[in-house]
Amino acid sequence: MRPVYMVTGGITKFAKSHPDKDFRLMVKEALDYAMGDLPGISLDEIDGSVCSYFSDHFTRQLMAGAMVQDYVGLSPKPSRRVEGGGATGGLCFQSAWESVASGRMEVCLAMGFETMGRVNTWKGNEFIALASDTNFDFPVGGFYTGYYAMMLNRHMYEFGTTVEQMAKVAVKNHINAVHNRYAQRPGRITIEDVRSSQMVATPLTLLDICQMSEGAAVCILASEKAAQRLGGTPVLVKGVGSGTDAMRMADRPHGKVLLLPHEKEEDYVDVKYPGVHSFRGGRMAAKLAYAMAGINDPGQDLDFIELHDAYTSSEIQTYEDLGLCRYGEGGSYVDSGAPFMPNIEYGLTFSDTSRWRKLPVNPSGGLLACGHPVGATGLMQAVFAFWQLQGSVQKHLGDSTLQLSAPKRGLIHSHAGTGTYITVSILEKV
Amino acid sequence: MNKDIKLPETDAGTILFNVNPIIQKFHYEIDYIHTYAQDTPFFAGLAKQKLLGSRCKGCGYTFATPRSHCMECGSPTEWVELPQRGIVHTFTTCHFGGEAFLKETPFTLILVEFEGVQTLFLSRLLGAEGDEIKIGMPVRARFLRNCKFKPTDVYFVPV
Ligand SMILES: [Zn+2]
Repeated sequence: MRPVYMVTGGITKFAKSHPDKDFRLMVKEALDYAMGDLPGISLDEIDGSVCSYFSDHFTRQLMAGAMVQDYVGLSPKPSRRVEGGGATGGLCFQSAWESVASGRMEVCLAMGFETMGRVNTWKGNEFIALASDTNFDFPVGGFYTGYYAMMLNRHMYEFGTTVEQMAKVAVKNHINAVHNRYAQRPGRITIEDVRSSQMVATPLTLLDICQMSEGAAVCILASEKAAQRLGGTPVLVKGVGSGTDAMRMADRPHGKVLLLPHEKEEDYVDVKYPGVHSFRGGRMAAKLAYAMAGINDPGQDLDFIELHDAYTSSEIQTYEDLGLCRYGEGGSYVDSGAPFMPNIEYGLTFSDTSRWRKLPVNPSGGLLACGHPVGATGLMQAVFAFWQLQGSVQKHLGDSTLQLSAPKRGLIHSHAGTGTYITVSILEKV
Repeated sequence: MNKDIKLPETDAGTILFNVNPIIQKFHYEIDYIHTYAQDTPFFAGLAKQKLLGSRCKGCGYTFATPRSHCMECGSPTEWVELPQRGIVHTFTTCHFGGEAFLKETPFTLILVEFEGVQTLFLSRLLGAEGDEIKIGMPVRARFLRNCKFKPTDVYFVPV
């Protein structure tokens, strides 16, 4: 495998619905933005593409990827669709990486979209729930927020995590997004706002949950030679990893924790793993990506993270999977203030500020505040990480508040089902 | 040849929400011929008020939700009758849901933990709400008399 660079990226504004654009036009807009940001590139340079969208139900159009391919002017070059629930965008990014790493392509476009506003929210929830076992899970619950709420209640029982700790995640991500003009639901909110918003599935409220969205995102990946030729400020894709777990969360075993390089078996004598409180697939994805990127202690070696916070609770669970803190410490990790931006006032007080290094998580606002147009989400994270590492946040967001000072390495994380498919990719400044 | 031919006009109109862009309602409905295939005995068991799980013939791992091959070692499993009493492993009360379930809200979901069984079972809990529901609380199975061959033919109530 050879080194792969991200050379440019683009996103559209995420919104509840974009009735004036179909999925092809949304992708075209994101692609035009990406190409406009790298003057050296033209369609001729792109050898092929991978297209990312989750649900045929939402589009009511099979082979939508083929329609995007011809709309943006890439036919007859090679293309394919990848799909893996919420992790579709992350899988698409890694699939494009594989095309370039293998030598099959010099320049590959990863493009993704979702159009979720074409049905009402309750119908959308039903479509999403069809991504649970339709013999045993869908007929009983039929609601992803319910599945996550069950995972969360067990996390609270095992580890003492609180609803206030979860609310702090919502406060962080919504306030970060105030400085992100692409975000769907930015806002200065408080713990009280989160707890007093509508109860959806106990104890998750409306503000603990991301929204249905429409939007598109693209990334262009290139070999070293092509990246040099195209110019701009490329960013190295330093490591990729992915993992899986049982589709039915009831089937998750209760065994031993998969250890990361900085952890010991003694850290987890009492933890039955993954159970329904943790994501074994996320741990596996992190382990593989860290090994490829040479990361020994993620809390020290990474400078920021864009992770899949479809729920406040899943952000906390993911801190643990990624090894930012030990399993069970996700709530304390939020309390410590470690995942918050250093330069933003959140109206919160933090405890224990010396225990963990400051490591901003979801500086963009994450899924909770940016929205979650499924097929675009994992690629949106790559675009935000790319701008962070380039130091171009001011240019793209028209506001420099979210620009970290000299970040060297960032992690993006994409997640499906109740942890069924998960990807972790590490990007590094060159 | 008929040069005066016209397509017949009908009274059926389009339900139009907006004109620029044009947004219209489009109805979409379908029947599926769905088979439970190798999981059939589980659903037949519900009709006889039995809860059937799967035990691996290779490693002995026992699954509360049927799988005809073991997730741990790949060996075939055999059917075993699960206990009809267990405890609540975790729970939630849904106040919102997918369209098909909206009329049932609020409803409580639980994962049931059975003695001697390695995995959990997703079901509904009736007869307890709010603070009455606790992890570890004992529950027992109840069955619909007129079965519908769905996993909701069984539900749980407090012991
Ligand atoms: Zn076995």
